[in-house]
Amino acid sequence: MLIDVDAEVMSNTRLSSDYNVVRLNAPDIAEAAQPGQFVMVKPQRGQDPLLRRPFSIFEILRGDGGRPVGVSLLNKRVGSGTSLLYSADAGDRIGCLGPLGRPFEPVDPPQMAWMVAGGVGLAPFATLAEALAHRRTPMTLFYGARSGAELYYVDFFQDLGARLVLATEDGSTGYRGRVTGPLETALADPALARGALTIYACGPTPMMEVVARIGAQASRPVYVSLEPAMGCGMGGCYSCVVPVRRGAGTHFVRSCLEGPVFDASLVVWNGLKSVH
Amino acid sequence: MTDLSVRLGSLHLRNPIVAASGCFGYGVEYASAVDLSSLGGVAVKGLFLAEREGHPPPRIVETPAGMLNAIGLQGIGVHRFVGEKLPELRRLGATVVVNICGSTLDEYCEVARVLSDAEGVAAIELNISCPNIKAGGIQFGCSLTGTYDVVSAVRKVTRLPLIPKLTPNVTDVASFARASEEAGADAISLVNTFLAMAIDVETRRPKLSNVLGGLSGPAIRPIAIRMVWECHQAVKLPIIGMGGIATAEDVLEFLIAGASAVQVGTMNFVDPFIWTKLLDGLESYMRRHKIARVADLVGTMVVPGREHAWTES
Repeated sequence: MLIDVDAEVMSNTRLSSDYNVVRLNAPDIAEAAQPGQFVMVKPQRGQDPLLRRPFSIFEILRGDGGRPVGVSLLNKRVGSGTSLLYSADAGDRIGCLGPLGRPFEPVDPPQMAWMVAGGVGLAPFATLAEALAHRRTPMTLFYGARSGAELYYVDFFQDLGARLVLATEDGSTGYRGRVTGPLETALADPALARGALTIYACGPTPMMEVVARIGAQASRPVYVSLEPAMGCGMGGCYSCVVPVRRGAGTHFVRSCLEGPVFDASLVVWNGLKSVH
Repeated sequence: MTDLSVRLGSLHLRNPIVAASGCFGYGVEYASAVDLSSLGGVAVKGLFLAEREGHPPPRIVETPAGMLNAIGLQGIGVHRFVGEKLPELRRLGATVVVNICGSTLDEYCEVARVLSDAEGVAAIELNISCPNIKAGGIQFGCSLTGTYDVVSAVRKVTRLPLIPKLTPNVTDVASFARASEEAGADAISLVNTFLAMAIDVETRRPKLSNVLGGLSGPAIRPIAIRMVWECHQAVKLPIIGMGGIATAEDVLEFLIAGASAVQVGTMNFVDPFIWTKLLDGLESYMRRHKIARVADLVGTMVVPGREHAWTES
C-alpha cells in the first residue's frame, strides 16, 4: 500500500555536525513498513531542489501499547536535500511517500544473521535487527565509521541482543581500519562462522563490493541495500538502475522496484563504479 | 457542468491531462497511486522493436527547478509491451498512447504495425526527439525532410491517430509542426527535453554517463509555452503541450497558448498524486470563469497590444 503524507517533524536530534535523526509523524507508513524499505522524502517547499530523495526507514517509532506512530530517518548532510533535512525543526512538514522497495528477508534460527554497516549505511538495519530479534535469530552487527564519535545507536542494537563488532578508520573505537577487515577475520574463524549464516550489508559502494566478494569466497549468501540516485522511487523514470547478471550478459534493473535489497552475487559491481 | 473531454482529430480523451512518456514507466507502475482511467491518457515509455538496455548510470542529475536525464530509452520492446503490459493497461481502463522509436524508418513502421494489430492502443506518439540516443530519433526530428519522411512512412502503415513528438532543439519549431501536418499527422506533441549538460567541478567529470542529457521540469516551462504558441499559429493540427507542468495554472497556460491537451512528466516524480490536483484546479477555474468546455480555452490568449494598435506607428 502506497502512502503519501505531509508528515510533521516530531523531533530532530543532531548527532554531530553532519548526522541527525529526524522523527516523522507517519503512522500509516510505520504500520506498513517492512525491514529495509525506503521512503521518498521531500523536505523542501518550492521547486529547487526539485526532486524527492530516497531514505531508508531507520526506526519504527512506537507509542502507547507499541502502536506505530511514525518513522525516523538517519540522515547525513551532504547535499541540498540532506542539508534541509539536517536543519528541519519540530513542527516542520516533510513530504514522505512510501513504504517502497523490496525488503530484507530476515533469516530464522538456527541460521545466524551478520549485518555489515558503513557510516549512514546503518539506517536499514534498525528495522532488520528488530525483525531478527523477534525471530530470535542470533545476530551480529559489524559497524564501521570514521571515528568512535560517529558510531551511533550502538545501544539500540545491543539492547536487541546483537553482538557488536566495531571498526573506526582512526582507531578511536574497536578495530582500526575498515569494517570489512574484522568481517573477513570472523568469516575465517570456525568458532564464529559455524553453521548457516546470511550477510546483509549497507554502506559505501566499495564497502559493499568487498563484502560481496569475501562473502562469496566464504560461500555465504550476501544481500546488499543499494542507494543509487533515484528520481521517483515508483519505477517511472528508470534512473536508479543497477546492473545485474542475466544469462551471459548484464541487465539494468530499477533499484526502486527490484531493490533496494539485492542478492550481491547478481550485482555487476564494475558497472556500479561509475556512479561514484 | 464542465466538460473536460477533448478531441484531437480522431482521438478522444476524457480530459486533457495525459501522463508523459518516459516519466510514467509503462503506466502499470502507477496503478497504486492513481486510477489510470481517470487520466486523459497514459503515454508509455518509448518502445523500439527490440529490448534496449539504455545508458549506464548515472542517468539523472538535479538542476535548478529541473533535472537532466540520459536514460537512453531502456525498454522492453514492442512485443513484450503488447504481451505483458497492454492487457493490464486495458484492464485498468487507461487510454493508451504508445510512444514509438526507431533507428531506421523501417523500424518505426514495424513498431507501428505491431501496435496497429494490437487491441487497446488509442494513439501512437512518434518519438523523433529523444536527445539521448545515437541513431534515429532526434536525427529525424532535427531535419525537416527527416520529420516529413518518418511521419509519412508511419502514416502509410497505421490508421491509429499519429502524434509526432517534436524536439525543442531546433531554431524554428513551427516549421517542424508544418512538416508534420503536411506528412499526415493527426496532432503534434511538444516539447521533448532540451539538450543540456552538467559538470562536477571537483572531478571535472560530466554528471551524466552519457555526458549530454535532456533538461525537463519547471525550468523549461516558459520556453515550452512559447513553442506551443508558435506552433499553434503555424498549423491547424491539435497540439499536446508539455514542459514542466506543476500546477493547474500551468495546464491552463498551455491550453491558452494553443494546446488542446497537455502531458505531465517530471512533476509526477515529485508528486505521483498530482493528477487529481490538476484536474480539480482545472475544473474550478472553468467554473469560476464560466467556461463550459475545455476546448473553449484553447488558443485564447489575449494580446492587449493587438487590440490597441495605437502603441504602434
